[in-house]
Amino acid sequence: MTKKLVPINPFHSIGHKILSTAQGTGEMIALLLETVYYCKEAPRNLSSIYRQVNDIGIGTLPIAMLMSLFVGMVLSLQTGSELAMYGSQEAIGAIVGLSMVRELGPVMTSLLVAGRIGSAMAAEVGAMQVYEEIDALKTLEINPVRYLAMPRLIACLLSVPALVVFAVFIGVIGGGVVAEVNPKINVPFSVYYDNMIRALSYKEVLKGLLKALVFGGIIAQVGCYVGFKTKGGARGIGESTTRSVVLSFLLIMFANYLLTRFMI
Amino acid sequence: MKTAHLISGSFFDGPASMNKLVTFLNKLAHGFSASFLETNNLKEEYGESSGVSISIQGLNKAFDGKPILKNINLNIEAGETFSIIGPSGTGKSLLLKHIAKLELPDSGQIFVDGHNIHTNNGVPERSYRYSMVFQSSALFNSLTVGENVGLWLREKRVRRESRIRRIIHEKLSLVGLAGTEGMLTSELSGGMRKRVAIARSLAMNPDLILYDEPTAELDPVTSDELAKVIQSLKIKLNLTTIIVSHDLNFALYLSDRVAMMDNGEIIEIGTPEELKKSQNKKIRDFIYTTTKGIKEGK
Ligand SMILES: Nc1ncnc2c1ncn2[C@@H]1O[C@H](COP(=O)(O)OP(=O)(O)OP(=O)(O)O)[C@@H](O)[C@H]1O
Ligand SMILES: [Mg+2]
Repeated sequence: MTKKLVPINPFHSIGHKILSTAQGTGEMIALLLETVYYCKEAPRNLSSIYRQVNDIGIGTLPIAMLMSLFVGMVLSLQTGSELAMYGSQEAIGAIVGLSMVRELGPVMTSLLVAGRIGSAMAAEVGAMQVYEEIDALKTLEINPVRYLAMPRLIACLLSVPALVVFAVFIGVIGGGVVAEVNPKINVPFSVYYDNMIRALSYKEVLKGLLKALVFGGIIAQVGCYVGFKTKGGARGIGESTTRSVVLSFLLIMFANYLLTRFMI
Repeated sequence: MKTAHLISGSFFDGPASMNKLVTFLNKLAHGFSASFLETNNLKEEYGESSGVSISIQGLNKAFDGKPILKNINLNIEAGETFSIIGPSGTGKSLLLKHIAKLELPDSGQIFVDGHNIHTNNGVPERSYRYSMVFQSSALFNSLTVGENVGLWLREKRVRRESRIRRIIHEKLSLVGLAGTEGMLTSELSGGMRKRVAIARSLAMNPDLILYDEPTAELDPVTSDELAKVIQSLKIKLNLTTIIVSHDLNFALYLSDRVAMMDNGEIIEIGTPEELKKSQNKKIRDFIYTTTKGIKEGK
């Protein structure tokens, strides 16, 4: 049999892309609904949730704090020296506090968790898919969504906001220390602190935590979805790892815009 | 090109109709009110097993336009031990996966005890228990051997913890692995993994058990013992057993009937004696290979 040459039709490939994106979106929503549905059975999987929280929360805590310490310091240094030119460096507390709570804390921490945990989730679930363990679960009458996706979703929803609290806390302190010791800025910590507390309201903090919650959900969902869709042996697992990171970064940024837009 | 399927009843159901979405939304609505304790009903259901009959009619399956299973028709009686033999890559594993509801056929039906397994119209989703021993064993790497074997029992809460431990021990002894409960699956050899997979399948007292190459990684003595285990299970429990195997002695010794598959089709079904006497060239080639045994004149 001779091989038939198929001419490349741009409309065909564009249409295919659109359809597969639509299909992927639909499948992710279906997975999300099913995962949420199985949250009612969370008490049965407490040990699994506990293990995940341990991995995600405690495992990521040191690096998340370290990262946000430097973020807070750089933020303070950059804006502080700029503000000093106009003699209004007292506002530094408000600026660092608000940007850490609203944006940098949730976004940076989530990106870190997506890179560190989301990819590992995709690889783990992907390996289970490739090596027929998911099929084995199904023959044991265990719903893979309940057994694998639900504990991960709950763990992410709990851990990411908690991580953000610690990260913001450390970042703000880092910013304050820089503001005090840097001769150009030279704002005492008490002034920095007062200024920040006046600018921050409970509402701001809650908004930041809501973002963290949504991003946590995105990380777990993307990790599990990409994992479940893994095909093609060990290479497929590697591809899934990368895919999950890219996809969750994109979705986190997109969700961040939407949330900011509607919460201002 | 495949059309996009936007809505799935379950994430794993693949292409699904609106129907499924509706049932799913219903499930969602009722789900939160139903307590998770409902699984306790299963306590009474975990009893002895009883074989089921299987009927496969006009089953077809293609991947990427390439037909793999072609018009499979097969009837397996309750309590029968049935083997499927055939060269590598003809779709034996795929056929088993269809019976285990892991793949959806392109066309054709599968009936278990007269119920179509793909359209559960009013019939309780799982009125019979089945389990499958995968060709790759498919043990859960994050769990120990004991946890693998006990997973179904623990998930279904069918027994007290002390009883579960006893069942795990009992099933592991059946496959000659008593005392390995605490080992990690990564510490096992291929043959041991296969045996753990068999113990895991037996732990749920299935009515139907599907073995995909159970002896592929076993030494002759262990496969002999496994044959005895399967035989005794059959006599004691009357469960339906389907075995896919390259090990002809094993298949012919255990089976009531054997089917020969070639190139996605079933080319002959019969008792082991009938198959041995078959005049079909493909079957003769498959059964009487020249490299068996010790070369003459050596
Ligand atoms: N999910 C899948 N996607 C694409 N092709 C598949 C899939 N599953 C099976 N196949 C194809 O179906 C054919 C039969 O596979 P199967 O594993 O059933 O063979 P088999 O008879 O069990 O062989 P063996 O004796 O070597 O285990 C193979 O050519 C394989 O490439
Ligand atoms: Mg096979």
